[in-house]
Amino acid sequence: MMRTLYAELNARFPLGELTVQRDDLAFITVEREHLRALLLHMRDREGFTHLVLLTAVDWIEDGIFQLTYLLSNRDKRCDVGIRVMVTRVDTSMESMHDVWPTAATYQRELYEMFGIDFPGSPGVHDPFILEGWADIPPYRREFDTKKFSEENFTHRAGRETNDPAQYMKKQLYPDGA
Amino acid sequence: MVIYQPDRSKYPSHKADGSLDIDLTSGKYLKLWQGPNHPGITGNMSVELTVCGDEVVEGKTHVGYLHRGFEKLMERRTFIQCFPIVCRICVPEPDFNEYCYAAAVEELAGIEAPERAHWIRALILEMGRINSYMMYLGGQAGSLGLGVIGQWTTYVRDLMLDRFEELTGARIYHMFILPGGVRDGLPDGFESRLEETLQEIERTMSDVFDVMFCNAVFKKRTIGIGYIDPALIEPYGVTGPNARAAGVVKDVRKDQPYLVYPQLDFEPVIGHDSDMYTRADVRRRDVAVSIDLIRQIVAKMPKTGPLMTKLPNVLHWKIPRGETYIRGECSRGEYGYYLVTDGSGFPRRVNVRGPSYTHAVALLEKLIVNVNISDVAALMVSLHTYPPEIER
Repeated sequence: MMRTLYAELNARFPLGELTVQRDDLAFITVEREHLRALLLHMRDREGFTHLVLLTAVDWIEDGIFQLTYLLSNRDKRCDVGIRVMVTRVDTSMESMHDVWPTAATYQRELYEMFGIDFPGSPGVHDPFILEGWADIPPYRREFDTKKFSEENFTHRAGRETNDPAQYMKKQLYPDGA
Repeated sequence: MVIYQPDRSKYPSHKADGSLDIDLTSGKYLKLWQGPNHPGITGNMSVELTVCGDEVVEGKTHVGYLHRGFEKLMERRTFIQCFPIVCRICVPEPDFNEYCYAAAVEELAGIEAPERAHWIRALILEMGRINSYMMYLGGQAGSLGLGVIGQWTTYVRDLMLDRFEELTGARIYHMFILPGGVRDGLPDGFESRLEETLQEIERTMSDVFDVMFCNAVFKKRTIGIGYIDPALIEPYGVTGPNARAAGVVKDVRKDQPYLVYPQLDFEPVIGHDSDMYTRADVRRRDVAVSIDLIRQIVAKMPKTGPLMTKLPNVLHWKIPRGETYIRGECSRGEYGYYLVTDGSGFPRRVNVRGPSYTHAVALLEKLIVNVNISDVAALMVSLHTYPPEIER
């Protein structure tokens, strides 16, 4: 079923790689300039009316963000993930809030967490989860959570690491006997 | 059914960018924060209300009070180290996190959990669903002043937590469903004690029906209020009881069956009026469905057999590059995990799709307009939102 759908879509849009994960789940890569037309086609013609999620994957070694628009067709009981690659240099993407209003929430989170901008999306620059955040977007791979916590928080007293053998020796023989 | 039709002439005009033209200095409008510390809020979130008189003209959801960065934390942990983290994403119904994560890892790693583990997983998920509904019913009644309902439902929820403690060793975070299977089988005599609990829940639900659903005040304040137009279901990604109360039969257990649901006999509960009362009623009837499903599972499940498949050394467990999405029907709707692996020993990306993400932000902001201030809390509860799964 997924390969048939892919063949039909490929006749209309220049599609990239197809990954069939299960009988009811496939991922298709598409160029960003064809995304809107493909999403509208999927929604209006193919019955993929439910935007399950919109999220990003940071492939820092390749210099790209992968945006995944996961769409669901309840009648045919299948899902298709549309993958769009965005360079880490030009991190902006066309907003899809007019296609699915709920996309605005996902886009707002993606701007905050990955720094991917969606110009025109309602409230996309309003703080969503983080307030007063001045560091790099925290879900990017280069953001070091340990370094951040060490710089911004103090360790609770009593959390020093002990070598068990030395610690017990010290407890049992405090005078060093 | 009566649909509330407010006088639109009272409302502010829109600016060119689509936002409302609200002049707070005019004295006509007032900013009012509901939450984050407020008895009428559904957890660690707040709603910034702009009111005109006692009517809401605009509402904005604010989350972030509970952000723990789980998705980021998981990128730095091995696959097995993520397992005790995921349940903490949703406190009242943590088991779906365990199931979705475990199933996603199993799929990408090419592991098949044993048959008996599937049955026990389904049992746990249905037990968790009842617990979640009990919490909801207490909250929904409490938001409208019926405090005693919460005491009753908390009592039976506590009985179910006792069963969870027997089965898993923990009351809230069970950490029982792990990649490869489940940790243990049912203890001796568990079935009979579970049956006693189910009967107690049925007795309580009968009382809840009499005192809550037949209550004139509850009906007056919920019928026709908080209407979700069925046309909004797909654009706003509405799932679960919120969709089923609008007559849209969305239930992952039927639509894309998982675990042992194809072998169980049940029909999704639906309603048609799509107001707060109908949503509460759908959930009340869904409790009965879950009770029936638990009885079916206990009767049909294999009593012997392996519970865990053999895993590779989990400390050096690398999973080939791939991506998948696993979903389940939790008490609030579609719960899902999008897992991306890159061939290393750590997840590349884990994205949690909680139903509250759409229900508590985009949908709530849409529905809250025109609502009376006193109904805001009840409306929020009627969408059955849990903030932890919004901000993960």
